[in-house]
Amino acid sequence: MNAWLTQHARAARLALHRLAAAPLNSLLYLLAIGVALALPAGGQTLLANAQSLAGITSAAPQISVFMAANADRAMTTDIESRLKQRADIKRIQFLSREETLARMKANPGLREVIEALGTNPFPDAFVLTAADERLPAMEQLAAELRRWPRIEHVQLDSDWVRRLDALLELGRTAVLVLAVLLSIGLIAISFSIIRMQVLTHRAEIELSGLLGATDGFIRRPFLYYGFLLGLGGGIVAWLLVGAATLWLRAPLGELVRLYELTLALQPPGPRDSALLPAISAGLGWLGAMISLGQQLRQKSGY
Amino acid sequence: MACTLVIRFDRVSKRYPPGVDALSDISFEVAEREMVLVGGHSGAGKSTLLKLMAGIEKSTGGAILVGGQNVSGLARSALPYLRRRIGMVFQDQKLLLDRNAFENVMLPLSIAGFPHREAAQRVRAALDKVGLSSREKALPVMLSGGEQQRLAIARAVVGRPNLLLADEPTAHLDADTAADVARIFTEFNHVGVTVLIATYAGNLFPGGRRLQLEHGRLLQ
Repeated sequence: MNAWLTQHARAARLALHRLAAAPLNSLLYLLAIGVALALPAGGQTLLANAQSLAGITSAAPQISVFMAANADRAMTTDIESRLKQRADIKRIQFLSREETLARMKANPGLREVIEALGTNPFPDAFVLTAADERLPAMEQLAAELRRWPRIEHVQLDSDWVRRLDALLELGRTAVLVLAVLLSIGLIAISFSIIRMQVLTHRAEIELSGLLGATDGFIRRPFLYYGFLLGLGGGIVAWLLVGAATLWLRAPLGELVRLYELTLALQPPGPRDSALLPAISAGLGWLGAMISLGQQLRQKSGY
Repeated sequence: MACTLVIRFDRVSKRYPPGVDALSDISFEVAEREMVLVGGHSGAGKSTLLKLMAGIEKSTGGAILVGGQNVSGLARSALPYLRRRIGMVFQDQKLLLDRNAFENVMLPLSIAGFPHREAAQRVRAALDKVGLSSREKALPVMLSGGEQQRLAIARAVVGRPNLLLADEPTAHLDADTAADVARIFTEFNHVGVTVLIATYAGNLFPGGRRLQLEHGRLLQ
């Protein structure tokens, strides 16, 4: 066990030494891997933020219930109490017709039109948040409410929900495709770098074999090299995404504010921050392993 | 515990494609603590003979026993462990030019998994034995031809092998340096190491048994 650990420690030290021996090359390798990985990682971060935005705008998948114009306050109170008894409704917001009128009049574009009407054209209304926000459950609830007396109109803004869902799904798919493609790219980068490393250290590899080195002994430093490249590249990608998040936070926040929403762009969370270098290191190691398998098989005496 | 190595060649042949016979029907034995000099002109098969012993090349016929192990029949995964028990001085030395003398000699011990402190002690002892203790930080290019050869010998003996193989260890050396290198091999033989040297300059190694190869055949 001790010898095994000693061999691994030696291989890791040798890999670090080789990285440090050519600092400019190593830096460029890390940047290439980091930039490649930053694209899907950045996409994932944006997606996570978009999902949180969807959470914030959960008013969108709500059900608006409009009372009949001739319904008096008692009827409205009766409907409200019936709504409150339902377990499938999480939250009820009552908008009185007077309140709605006042809000509309606050809009300069609408004030003149509303004043021209003379009477308040708005009915009392409820904005409901369903306990189950999935579309089929909300559609079922809306259909039931439509059958209630003195309810004129029930509106479920399912188009908005569907559009948002479709956009998020598209985003998820795009990030996945990008991640798969760039992962293959990372493996190819690692493959090529290790191939060059093997060529550079050909004399040492050949000599080690002649002196009794096992395949594992010869491979180990290169595997660590690929692993460290991937790990370093993953950390660079994480730093790039973090920096981009901070850089975009203010302008994106301003844009979102124009839609009367608030969003503070968040950098990758702890889970993604740990996963990114880990996956990257794994891919670097995999690229190294494939490259070594091909390179060392071609050598006689091994 | 390392077993005693004795070499036995039994009707060994080596044929390279497309049908060139490097060795034909070679049979001989090397006893424990013996010094054997394999002579012959260039291309006689001396290097091939050594490579077969270390499992660097595979014979195409016959049996090779080293320390009781049939080298020809060894699995690929077992070869590294055989090679660790043999010290080998290569014709072209195979020194790593980007490593200093100490690191070059350290390599076999790193491969064998020696703890660093013990390995460092052994390396210094081996360098001292060949008279290079003051040059341990020197890169191979900073060493003379004789020093490079001694460094290669130090690397071969640092693992304290029972069998030392050397392929033309005095080639390209002036007479004095060659004699100095030959003396080192003789000293190792005197302390119990079995030594087998492929050389055209057998006169430098007094006392060794001589085998003569000619066109891949052993002359009796």
